[in-house]
Amino acid sequence: MGRRRNLPIVALAMAVIAVQLLTAAAGKPQYLTQLTMAGYYSLVIVGLTLLMGYTGQISLGHAGFFAIGGYTSGLLTTYNLHPLIGQIPVSILQACGLLVSGKDLYGADLLVVRPWAACVVALLVTIGIAYLVGKPVLKLKGHYLAMATLGFGTIVYKVVLGSSLVGAADGISDIPAFPLFAGLVVTGKSALRAQNYYVAWGLVLGAMALLTNLIRSRVGRALRAIHGAEDAANAMGVDTGRYKLQMFVLSAALAALGGVFLTHYNGGIGPSEASVMKSVRYVAIVAVGGMANLWGALFMGVLLNFLSLRGSFGSYDDAVFGLILLAIMLFAPDGLLRAEFARRLPGLRRGQKAAP
Amino acid sequence: MSLALLFQYLVAGITYGTIYAIVAIGFNIIYNATGIINFAQGEFVMLGGMIGVTLRALLPMPVAIAGAVIATMLVGALIEMLFIRWLRRPSVLRLIIITIGLSIAIRELALLLWGEGVRALPYFTGTAVTSLSVGDVHISPQVLWVLGISAVMVAALNFFFARTLLGRQMRACACNREAAQLCGISAKNMVTLSFVLSAGIGALAGCVISPITYVQYDSGSSLALKGFTVAILGGLGNSMAAVAAGLLLGTLESFSIWVMPAAYKDVIAISILLLILFVRPSGLFGNAEAARLKDY
Repeated sequence: MGRRRNLPIVALAMAVIAVQLLTAAAGKPQYLTQLTMAGYYSLVIVGLTLLMGYTGQISLGHAGFFAIGGYTSGLLTTYNLHPLIGQIPVSILQACGLLVSGKDLYGADLLVVRPWAACVVALLVTIGIAYLVGKPVLKLKGHYLAMATLGFGTIVYKVVLGSSLVGAADGISDIPAFPLFAGLVVTGKSALRAQNYYVAWGLVLGAMALLTNLIRSRVGRALRAIHGAEDAANAMGVDTGRYKLQMFVLSAALAALGGVFLTHYNGGIGPSEASVMKSVRYVAIVAVGGMANLWGALFMGVLLNFLSLRGSFGSYDDAVFGLILLAIMLFAPDGLLRAEFARRLPGLRRGQKAAP
Repeated sequence: MSLALLFQYLVAGITYGTIYAIVAIGFNIIYNATGIINFAQGEFVMLGGMIGVTLRALLPMPVAIAGAVIATMLVGALIEMLFIRWLRRPSVLRLIIITIGLSIAIRELALLLWGEGVRALPYFTGTAVTSLSVGDVHISPQVLWVLGISAVMVAALNFFFARTLLGRQMRACACNREAAQLCGISAKNMVTLSFVLSAGIGALAGCVISPITYVQYDSGSSLALKGFTVAILGGLGNSMAAVAAGLLLGTLESFSIWVMPAAYKDVIAISILLLILFVRPSGLFGNAEAARLKDY
């Protein structure tokens, strides 16, 4: 049983390798850049699928968590501590080996936080914020939950847009590469394109393995119970408040992970990553993918982000995602890529009422 | 801090607050009729302003404004009939996402039609520098237009809901849909009417405020968030409380510039929204007893 369970993960791994070989064979390695970026966005999307599709809690603020991750890591790895050398906090960090020195473009001395330390801090900050925000927000339902998360996302956007510390409207640029282990480096250098593609998709594989196992577990059953009828789940002894909060924090952490890696990959981050339109886009992709369908969301996330990043939608980018959202919710509210929807189709044609 | 400056901030706060209140009343009208929060509410205000500016190039101002209001009402009716009316027992999540989709679609359409440019109607009387002086306080005549037209609008709505047959039918539907239908009221038509009404007052607000705040294809979303904050602050569905809440939020925002950079002005409003949602989702003026029976 155990082996068959993980079959989709193995299949995904093989597909990842096949795509890389195909792009190499077709002489189009530049596609790997967009596929890498789409991979990092997919982390946000599968996390949001867990929250929206399986737990039934909408979030219109996930771009905020993505941005908190990316901005924290970006700020820490670019903020020059060199003028502060000798002061006690900086000395402590230096002694712990958390800082790295270098030269900037003009040859001036630079002392910044090491990327891996910045990544850990970024994740911890996001988890902390998600916990603090999630605790009161998840008590709300329906419109109130939607508006509260939208409000949170807008606050993050307005703060990064208005703060000169993080470059205001320009965002942060010249963010250094992120050396992982065994010579792997997260960077946008085209020579390391294939390597970075595998780093991104390795993370996606890990996230999918975690989430697919999670939804099959006792936790997953509890989540579906919450989605179905929260009061009933509560009455059956499911600690609904705790599960909702845990899933909120987990999905926020996945979003932040995507944010951190994409920021180091791109070498920069701007306020548009925190915009409400980005959050809506994530929701649209989860909806198209089938709400409670991790594989559908992953597939649509890669497809739509790839097309969007290649510029296929031109200046109609936002419009495309708005219309997708509208069309799906009007005609197939349970999502397009959903087994039940396909099974219901013949029944619908005969005019039967589908079983709920 | 001089007293004159204090009043100056107060006037600015009241002006903005009035517009927030109108947007909030728009939210409330649709919410009462349907239980839907229309996320595209801000887009009605933007459309009103944009269409008004476009028509102003061809027609005299009052006609242009009337045209803008009527056109936006048609858009409101169309939205309800095309996207809401035929849904059977839609879930809240579905309605939220549909109205969000609509707001994006309207915004992108406005971008296509009018471009990214910032537009405004001319001042109704005088110019941008005309001001009435009351002691040391200077008030633009446009502020008086905003306050006057808003007051008339609120009074007219009150009259409509309290005295006219149509208004009473709408209220009956809001109270008890099934009972209203048994009395021969078409609940579906009342829902359409609520979208029309809500679009109309939004558009009128968009026209009168545009000389002061300008209008752009994406100016709707921030107004919608403020309007929603005000609607919640007053207690969702309660339009008279929305007026008080609007004035309160506008004034708070206006004075927040003293303690925080202006770039964070919106953050104040949203923080208030979150705070009120966490602490007292029934609103400042809502009934806590009745609130216990509701689901937030």
